[in-house]
Amino acid sequence: MAQVARSPKTYDVCIIGSGAGGGMAAKILTEGGLSVAMLEAGPDVHPDRDFKMLMWPYELPHRGAGVGGHASENFGEFLAPNGAWNISGEPYTSAPGANFQWFRSRIVGGRTNHWGRIALRFSPIDFQSGSRDGLGDDWPISYEDLSPYYDKVEGYIGVFGTKENVSSAPDGVFLPPPKPRCTELMIKKACDKLDIICIPSRLAVLTRSINGRLPCHYCGQCGRGCITGSNFSSSQVLIPPAMETGRLTLVTGAMAREITVGPDGKATGVSYIDKATLTERRISARAVVVAASACESARLLLNSKSATFPNGLANSSGTVGKYLTDSVGSDGWGIVPALERMPPHNHDGTGGMHMYIPWWKFDRQNDFPRGYHIEIGGGRDMPGVGMFRHLCHREEGYGAALKAKARKSYGTTVGFSGRGEMIPNPDTYCEIDPDVVDQWGIPVLRFHFRWSEYELRQARDMQETFRSIIETMGGEYQTKTRIDGPYPFGILEGGKIIHEVGTARMGADPKTSVLNSYCQAHDIKNVFVTDGAPLVTNPDKNPTLTIMALSWRASEHLLDEAKKGNL
Amino acid sequence: MSTEISRRDILKNLAIGAAGGSVLQVIPAEAAEYIHQLVRTEKGTAPAAKYAPKYFSAHQYATLTFLCDAIIPKDEHSGGAVEGGAPEFIDLLSSENEKFQLGIGGGIFWLDGYCGDRYGNVFLQCTPQQKSEAMDSIAYRANAVKDPALSQGVAFFALLRNMTCDAFYTSKIGIADLQYIGNTSLREFPGCPPLPQET
Repeated sequence: MAQVARSPKTYDVCIIGSGAGGGMAAKILTEGGLSVAMLEAGPDVHPDRDFKMLMWPYELPHRGAGVGGHASENFGEFLAPNGAWNISGEPYTSAPGANFQWFRSRIVGGRTNHWGRIALRFSPIDFQSGSRDGLGDDWPISYEDLSPYYDKVEGYIGVFGTKENVSSAPDGVFLPPPKPRCTELMIKKACDKLDIICIPSRLAVLTRSINGRLPCHYCGQCGRGCITGSNFSSSQVLIPPAMETGRLTLVTGAMAREITVGPDGKATGVSYIDKATLTERRISARAVVVAASACESARLLLNSKSATFPNGLANSSGTVGKYLTDSVGSDGWGIVPALERMPPHNHDGTGGMHMYIPWWKFDRQNDFPRGYHIEIGGGRDMPGVGMFRHLCHREEGYGAALKAKARKSYGTTVGFSGRGEMIPNPDTYCEIDPDVVDQWGIPVLRFHFRWSEYELRQARDMQETFRSIIETMGGEYQTKTRIDGPYPFGILEGGKIIHEVGTARMGADPKTSVLNSYCQAHDIKNVFVTDGAPLVTNPDKNPTLTIMALSWRASEHLLDEAKKGNL
Repeated sequence: MSTEISRRDILKNLAIGAAGGSVLQVIPAEAAEYIHQLVRTEKGTAPAAKYAPKYFSAHQYATLTFLCDAIIPKDEHSGGAVEGGAPEFIDLLSSENEKFQLGIGGGIFWLDGYCGDRYGNVFLQCTPQQKSEAMDSIAYRANAVKDPALSQGVAFFALLRNMTCDAFYTSKIGIADLQYIGNTSLREFPGCPPLPQET
């Protein structure tokens, strides 16, 4: 490049990424008085224009399937925009034998625009599981350290739920839950018979107005993005208050390339590609918060090589990119004929389940370590492309008989998604591919991924549980899985659950971890990481709530350090 | 409620989020409903012009149209797949994806060839009885097990059946046929109605 445009201003902090971790840092740091530049690789989001809330499928020519039907391979055309496993011009590679699917969402708010809003606390034991069963490591912090931040996050973003006193699923600061759906009541009944715990779910959806935000209107479409901002997204709940301080400068279309380092060994700012002008620019800052998503943050650290940091920034331990995990995922579904008797009724509710099954076998001997939770779906959802595939396969034929069967069987399916804890293994990590760059010349990630016997046994247990619940409901379990092949027991590819974490983990020992207990790099004090990368383990709880609690805590620490002049 | 609150004002308020004293804090439910009405008005269906096929020839499109209506016909509850826009949907997706060009376009050729061999006519020129016979032969997987020569036809019909159902059941009349109720704004979620035998 002929010339690198350097911003004349030096910000207190440059945050890379505007999702759950970056958004939370922006709110806390700007409210604490610091000036912040936030780099976001994607465009700004305009809920009124971009979100397809309350649209019918027939209002789109592709009916939700997208151009060529290709959107069906992701989550469909209705999903909040700019998230996919494959993005043109931004490749990643997999090592031979590995198949990792990396979901990225290039937009202000990132994946929080579409996420499932499942907001679960990690439990006390999750922070010490390593010393309990000898697999992996403990966290450098305890539940008690994080609990006040869980309280603050829940109180601010709004999470519904109920106090249940289940040890694997700690209670939080909850709004009242919505009433259960028919499918959920029937599942709960079956679970009671099977001695399985089934309780109201915990979702970041407002059942009451809080902090000036509108309550949920129960259209069931959180994944499309919410025009009224009644569920949590960083773009609608964290970025606006940061903006209001007047201290946040949001730079969109900014693809971070490298964190720059000065002669004193401290970070001086960030180099990025301005996508609009295809020029390289620089932001100068006194501290850098990396929150680009776990793997993207690892990529940025690894690509930030210098004389002081030849292996990449904050990587003297060699563990950046290591300890990668995703949630174990296996799904199943069945047909429950009793549901045919339900009269037509509005089943939409909030986007996502109103009841769920937390890990319930924590006091038993299982043939796999740790645990999983089960998410519940099915019933009289809005008809969509792909929903009638199984009916067509089962019934075959055509004409009036097929149409009558579709009418009769609509709303009689029940689905389950098991989401469990993966144990980090040495064959699962990401690194810089030596041969491949993206369209801006930035070296890309190469993934190594392997499920171990632990995860496969967990997936088998999930399948057995799904079947037992469906059969107890008098239904017929439909999912067929094999014990071999690419998807043993229905286990999905790594990355498919979009809970990838661990690639810059916290730890007490700088030789085996990247960050200290405040998400601050051991090697370089003015660099923090506040997305999924710091997580030491990946329990059966979706990571977003914990990412935000950690980010809040790290940001307060950053504020303290800044005040003391330690950065 | 007053229509003096413009959509822009409401969205501006939403963008600001927790703005103290905003109108949204006073009348959240009404504001939400107002937004929904605006969304509905702005995102309403464009008037349907006569559809000109983007990918299929006139003959293929006529064959496709016949088959779609045979798969989901009009009955006493609702109209059929053609009224539900299935041929347009399938043509649009085929124009953008080679998989469907081969699967549906190639399949129609296959069907014409099959009918030519058997009845000396392309499918559309066959008698109603011949048409039913041809469709019956490819509408069930078991037929391809008995006669492997039918397997391509069975695969074609399975794809067409899937796409026809996708289109019909995402159309206004298909959604009404299933009696889906929702996609609307509620103040409270009513929960599960009592089961019929319990009332």
